[in-house]
Amino acid sequence: MADVPRSAVIGRDGLDSLIRALSARGRTVVGPTVRDGAVVLAELSGGDDLPYGWGVELEAGRYRLVERADGAAFAHSAGPQSWKTFLHPQRERQWTADRDSDGAMTFSQEATPAPSYAFLGVRPCDLRAIAIQDRVLTGGPHEDSNYRSRRERALLVAVECTEPGATCFCVSMGTGPAAGPGYDLALTEVVDGAGHRFLVRAGTAEGASLLDEIPHRTADPGTRAAAESAVTAAADHMGRTMPPVDLQALMRGTLSAERWDDVASRCLTCGNCTMVCPTCFCTTAEDITDLTGDHSERWRRWESCFDLEFTHLPGGPVRATPHSRYRQWATHKLGTWYDQFGSSGCVGCGRCIVWCPVGIDITEEAHALARERDAHAPAEER
Amino acid sequence: MTATARRFLDALPAVYRERLLSFARDRSFTAGSRVFDEDEEAGLFWILRSGRVALDAQVPGRGPVVVETLGPGELLGWSWLFEPFRWHLGAAASEAVEAHEFDAARVRAAIEDDPAFGLAMTRCVASVAIGRRLRACRIRLLDLYGPANGAGRRGPP
Amino acid sequence: MPVPYRVLRAGEETPGTVTLELVPEHVALNPFRPGQFAMVYAFGAGDAPFSVSGMDGDRLTLTVRSAGAVSAALARARAGGTLGVRGPFGTGWDEPAGRDVLVVAGGIGLAPLRPLVRRTVAARERYGEVSVLIGARRPGELLYNGEILGWREAGARVLVTVDRPEPGWADDVGVVTNLLDRAVFDPAVTDAFVCGPEVMIRVVARELAGRGVPAERIRVSLERTMHCGTGHCGHCQLGPLLLCQAGPVVSWARARHPMSVREL
Repeated sequence: MADVPRSAVIGRDGLDSLIRALSARGRTVVGPTVRDGAVVLAELSGGDDLPYGWGVELEAGRYRLVERADGAAFAHSAGPQSWKTFLHPQRERQWTADRDSDGAMTFSQEATPAPSYAFLGVRPCDLRAIAIQDRVLTGGPHEDSNYRSRRERALLVAVECTEPGATCFCVSMGTGPAAGPGYDLALTEVVDGAGHRFLVRAGTAEGASLLDEIPHRTADPGTRAAAESAVTAAADHMGRTMPPVDLQALMRGTLSAERWDDVASRCLTCGNCTMVCPTCFCTTAEDITDLTGDHSERWRRWESCFDLEFTHLPGGPVRATPHSRYRQWATHKLGTWYDQFGSSGCVGCGRCIVWCPVGIDITEEAHALARERDAHAPAEER
Repeated sequence: MTATARRFLDALPAVYRERLLSFARDRSFTAGSRVFDEDEEAGLFWILRSGRVALDAQVPGRGPVVVETLGPGELLGWSWLFEPFRWHLGAAASEAVEAHEFDAARVRAAIEDDPAFGLAMTRCVASVAIGRRLRACRIRLLDLYGPANGAGRRGPP
Repeated sequence: MPVPYRVLRAGEETPGTVTLELVPEHVALNPFRPGQFAMVYAFGAGDAPFSVSGMDGDRLTLTVRSAGAVSAALARARAGGTLGVRGPFGTGWDEPAGRDVLVVAGGIGLAPLRPLVRRTVAARERYGEVSVLIGARRPGELLYNGEILGWREAGARVLVTVDRPEPGWADDVGVVTNLLDRAVFDPAVTDAFVCGPEVMIRVVARELAGRGVPAERIRVSLERTMHCGTGHCGHCQLGPLLLCQAGPVVSWARARHPMSVREL
């Protein structure tokens, strides 16, 4: 391993080679590409599919593609999808049940091998989101074995953020803009007078062997410094912040705040935020029986805590009001996730802000809750 | 003693407990005997020492329907303290009962003479007997054990 | 994936409630502890969580009240039929460690407590006082009527109260908390176990705490929607508690706050 480079510089051709090398290893390469007026995640056939020259303009309830003169490939921030689309798909068959003429039941689970993905362009916030879903789906007493096999076979190429969007707040959540652990390769894009290039670092042996396989040159001090300063600068111009308080305690302490009424008056309970959130994992079980009546399939599909029937007791829904459903989502994401899974459930990607049809902003809500709590706290507790 | 003590005498400060007990005489009821009937004058009241008393209402065609049972330590009767001093329900010993029996007029007179004793007695009757029974009644109004009302444990929609 | 269990016996417990005895068709699941739950699957209808009401070797007993599509399908199950079972899931009732044992059950809430009661009366000599307080809507809706005498004979003080008496009912009438005065227990050394409708749980647990039973030693069993039982579907949250893992049995110390917040 001593001769394997742990860091290097590659150009656009290197990126193209990387995609080809990943495909040659039998991997399905998924990454950002422009489609339907957005940067979406889709299977890439080559480097040309990457969104070179596209940036995004983000605001609460607003997403627009904008052309960029510098030709950068990763100067956009999180798009409408996240990697959970692939690792924790929207619909999945879990098992089937068959009944014979005596009424005896047999259960079976299909043994189709999981696809071997390579994810190219995983943002630091999304890298953390994957780790959070790992904890939820494989870190408890029971594991989702389908998720585990997809996850174990997935290779992650992270791309650090140099152009955060107006809705980004990864610094507040401690997830970016520099890549944390968990990647096989991490890229930092540099576009300056010295050219368009990518600083590459390997995080695993497989990442290192890939880097060894593609055209690369030694990481020069100039590129290292430019990459580092671009990421540092990104940290300084986050579009949003969370209040600098213990968010778990804030959520626990504001369950009866008036602010929930305010946000409930705007929230349509459409559940978009839960669909775009890279950590939201909730699912529902569906049983489908064919016309013979002797073959039944168990499917699970994404479900949103904004659905009225999400939590239903024999007497009716537990969270009957938009007030309690928004509060459930926000307090789970920012507060009770710690109790259940040991971390925040929010990574600061800003998707829920962008894709909310009425522009509800979780950071604004958290600031408002903090203000309301402080206003009601006795002076000595402030 | 707690705020929810059901034993009437435990909820009364010692000095007033002694005072009240100075009016007490022993009384027993055999199983099945009636203690009082609805709309009778509430001239007596009791604190049960043992046994059980059922409070009931006469429902034509169904006879006496029991609405609640009272056991040892409990106050039987509070209508003697408030006008018009008539029983709202009937009562029958559902098993042999030993009780302290009090003459309502004498206790009311003592209450008129000593407002502090009166306040202690009224508080005690209000919290231990009336308040508790009202809370219990409201919970029963919810009919929680009914199949349609959340009792189908761990059932899905 | 569920494991097939055959229905050995299906008997009507009360109108609308059946008790099913199940044996594994082939391989048994790991042993269940009192208070744990199983996800029980009726063909085509789906599965739902049920706390087991008995376990004896490989056999499982379930008491099911017909309330939704799955429970209705299970309530129609007949001897010889097959069901799918997953589990065991969740926390169980801790084995009582204090001197006195107090069990308070309301309605179908007696079902999850039954294995605990049976285990406790079977080891009666280990404990000081053992009281089982049972509230039911009507005398005819009282579960395990045939077993209660046996619990009494084994040395448990079993007291029963109903909301709506019927002619001939000689026991108590009123809410189950009314029985607390006649249960014998020293709050400081009592383990309390409570299950029933949520309002009843709150009232009983508050009353026990008010009488001095430490909140950590009052255990309650809670109910929320569950689709997976394995901590992945997210439905069974009650504030910080993911009830399929942190529950269904939770100490009052942890349950008190979440249970008091409206629509949590």
